Amino acid sequence: MKLSWWKLLCIALLFYTVIMGFLGPVPRLAILNESIRNLYFHVPMWFGMVLILGSSVFHSIGYLRTPLMSNDDKAVTAAHTGILFGGLGLVTGMAWARVTWGDWWVNDPKLNGAAIGMLIYCAYLVLRNSLEDEGQRARISAIYNIFAFATLVPLLFILPRLTDSLHPGNGGNPGFNQYDLDSDLRLVFYPAVIGWALLGLWLTQLNARLRRLERIAEEKNEVVASR
Amino acid sequence: MHLLQEIAVLIRKEIVLEWRQRYALNGMLLYIVSTVLICYFGFGQNSAALNSPTWNTLFWIILLFTAVNAVAKSFGQERAARLLYYYTLASPQGIILSKIVYNSLLLLLLAVVGYGFYSVILGNPVEDNLLFLVNVGLGAVGFSSTLTMVSGIATKAGNNSVLMAVLSFPVIIPMLILLIRISKNAMDGLDRSISYDEMITLLAINAIVLAVSYILFPYLWKS
Repeated sequence: MKLSWWKLLCIALLFYTVIMGFLGPVPRLAILNESIRNLYFHVPMWFGMVLILGSSVFHSIGYLRTPLMSNDDKAVTAAHTGILFGGLGLVTGMAWARVTWGDWWVNDPKLNGAAIGMLIYCAYLVLRNSLEDEGQRARISAIYNIFAFATLVPLLFILPRLTDSLHPGNGGNPGFNQYDLDSDLRLVFYPAVIGWALLGLWLTQLNARLRRLERIAEEKNEVVASR
Repeated sequence: MHLLQEIAVLIRKEIVLEWRQRYALNGMLLYIVSTVLICYFGFGQNSAALNSPTWNTLFWIILLFTAVNAVAKSFGQERAARLLYYYTLASPQGIILSKIVYNSLLLLLLAVVGYGFYSVILGNPVEDNLLFLVNVGLGAVGFSSTLTMVSGIATKAGNNSVLMAVLSFPVIIPMLILLIRISKNAMDGLDRSISYDEMITLLAINAIVLAVSYILFPYLWKS
């Protein structure tokens, strides 16, 4: 078994994130207290989700340009991983909200946006299941994927900036430096973002491979059956 | 210029078609009227109990469901053979744009009639009627551009009405949030400049949806 360099990097970064994330020094802030460690897990989930859903749309565009099944496989597996990351982001976020804001679900534009985003991608999966023909399923779901992503962007990036939010750096101009990340946090946060994103990429790649193998096996079975 | 002429001809075709089989239009009008009446009976005689956020939300929910039902048939009512015939005659861009414009007109009509009837039956707490109507117009155009594309997708998947709702609701929510916010401002009679931000965002979302529909529809049409 041969691991390419980025997979090794992913493993190393995630080990680093988990160990330093739970044991490393963090600033002592009121209300947040130790829950600030969730920064290493909650925030990278969203970065990863946006990245992976972006790659899903990229492959959907690719499918419309050159209709290869491999492009469709990549698009749908990326959507799966995106939903997984979004779900984990919601769960970690809800736990964090319970501790700091006092409720599992608060009326916040980012939370609502995330929930709607999940709905959109679940609808994408429902649409896929409702289409029988493989080529048509690939093309129509690619169209919906691009269409939905185009409306998801204002939802996730523009609307939260128009309204006040409980999230830091919202309701105004959210530059990243407004996050009062101190150097201890940065030291773990940036590797965490990269590590989780790589994990998402890895999961997607494995899943896409599995789908390809399943297709090949199916074709073989059909050939055997037709004999 | 050629595209514009094509769109004009196609819109005329849609209107003539609708006029010939009036039951669809009448059906939609009846749909919105009976929904309003159901809300009225639901709240009983004391529609004074209806506070303004409820009034607002109810109005937009009625409009949303009417719009979904009205637009859902925009690709379904014509036979496959006839669609193939259009395919040989018109460009896909012309078809999607003409459908969007036609559906905007249809929804505008339904929305204005609905607004009038709703105000008569359930009372009208709106302070700034002009802003509210402009907002209703923006809503009609926005709903039509989003729903027309989704209806095209749902038709390809067997024109299942559940699918139409499932696919369109999440996509339409950002629009709905902004619309409800603007109409709340209009109801409270706030200064119009407060709503400009939201209206510009709404127009921008509309522009995105239109552009994406324009680019993507040819791929949908091909199949």
